[in-house]
Amino acid sequence: MPAVHDRGGLPCDEPIDRAEHEWADWEHVTNALVGVLRRHGLINVDELRRGIEAMAPAEYESASYYERWSASIETLLVEKGILSQAEIDAAAAMLDARWG
Amino acid sequence: MGVALRAGDMVIVRTADVGHHHRTPWFVKGKAGTVRLVHGAFPNPESRAHGGDGLPKRRLCQVEFRQTDVWGKRYRGADADVVLVDMFEHWLERG
Amino acid sequence: MADEHPPLEHVERGLRATRILAIRRLLTDKGVITVAEVDDIIERARERTPADGAKVVARAWVDDAYKARLLTNARSAVAELGYRLSHDAELAVVENTADVHHLVVCTLCSCYPTSLLGPPPDWYKSFAYRQRAVVEPRAVLREFGLALAGRVRVAVVDSTADVRYLVLPRRPSGTENMAEDALAELVTRDSMIGVAAARLPR
Repeated sequence: MPAVHDRGGLPCDEPIDRAEHEWADWEHVTNALVGVLRRHGLINVDELRRGIEAMAPAEYESASYYERWSASIETLLVEKGILSQAEIDAAAAMLDARWG
Repeated sequence: MGVALRAGDMVIVRTADVGHHHRTPWFVKGKAGTVRLVHGAFPNPESRAHGGDGLPKRRLCQVEFRQTDVWGKRYRGADADVVLVDMFEHWLERG
Repeated sequence: MADEHPPLEHVERGLRATRILAIRRLLTDKGVITVAEVDDIIERARERTPADGAKVVARAWVDDAYKARLLTNARSAVAELGYRLSHDAELAVVENTADVHHLVVCTLCSCYPTSLLGPPPDWYKSFAYRQRAVVEPRAVLREFGLALAGRVRVAVVDSTADVRYLVLPRRPSGTENMAEDALAELVTRDSMIGVAAARLPR
């Protein structure tokens, strides 16, 4: 069984959906955060990929593209001790509460 | 590694089932191909993905595989069709 | 500090959306990164479009010596036109001819020549494209509207590593007298991924 990200040639009967979605603000932010963190030497693209590939297979498959990036950024920042899981949880809860 | 691979060399892709991050797609593992060109040396992603410095750099080869060799009867195109995959040299053995 | 963040008018709800915005806030509040750095990259990402790649292709169509340089040393060839690639990914250009048709996929993630084409289309990142392009490229091409003769060799390029691939599509016939900037109008994003031919002149 190939790893979940290793998709080439896996059976697929679906046509290719060519509809485009406009990036939400958070997707722009996610894309840009990777760029800034790379520029600061805090993460590299190989780590970003490794963090994506470490997602549970079901989560990888159900997540959107930038949801996968976002999950990996969080994994890496916590792993490197740049942010703690607890403070991310708290900040996210605060935003949730504000946006109610 | 011995002598560095060059364009035209026949190679076989290693089948190692590594647990760490790597960039060799499953469908070429164990398959025979031909080096088309050598892009140069790049940091090793298998090191960089796990906190390493990526050194020593590894040469990156563009390897051509015949689609019918990769997919067998499942491939419904022309016999001459190919897939080109960039592969780090430590995944390649002389074929 | 928090009030300095620009308002997010179109907040997309969802677990990951909330968490990445929380992460941005924490990183900027702690001074790890600045809001300006993030906004600068957002702005630059918006500026990059396939028009850049199209200019490179049009130049290669009208200038054989340039085309030769582009095919052998893409980084310095695109630099001649003022395009600087990011330092950590190389660029290679593959030429479509009467004999061989290339199309590009990244089966492992979404590698794409963003420096010249802007962000990849959603379909390029889809499981369907990543799974099918490499094993049934002719069917995929037909779906995109391109029927190739059987004698044309199909070469799928799986960009798995540090090299990003740009396809140099064939110059359409009937364009012999067209100027370079008009030719660039014929070069679509999809033709530079290799899932389509360049547009025909009107």
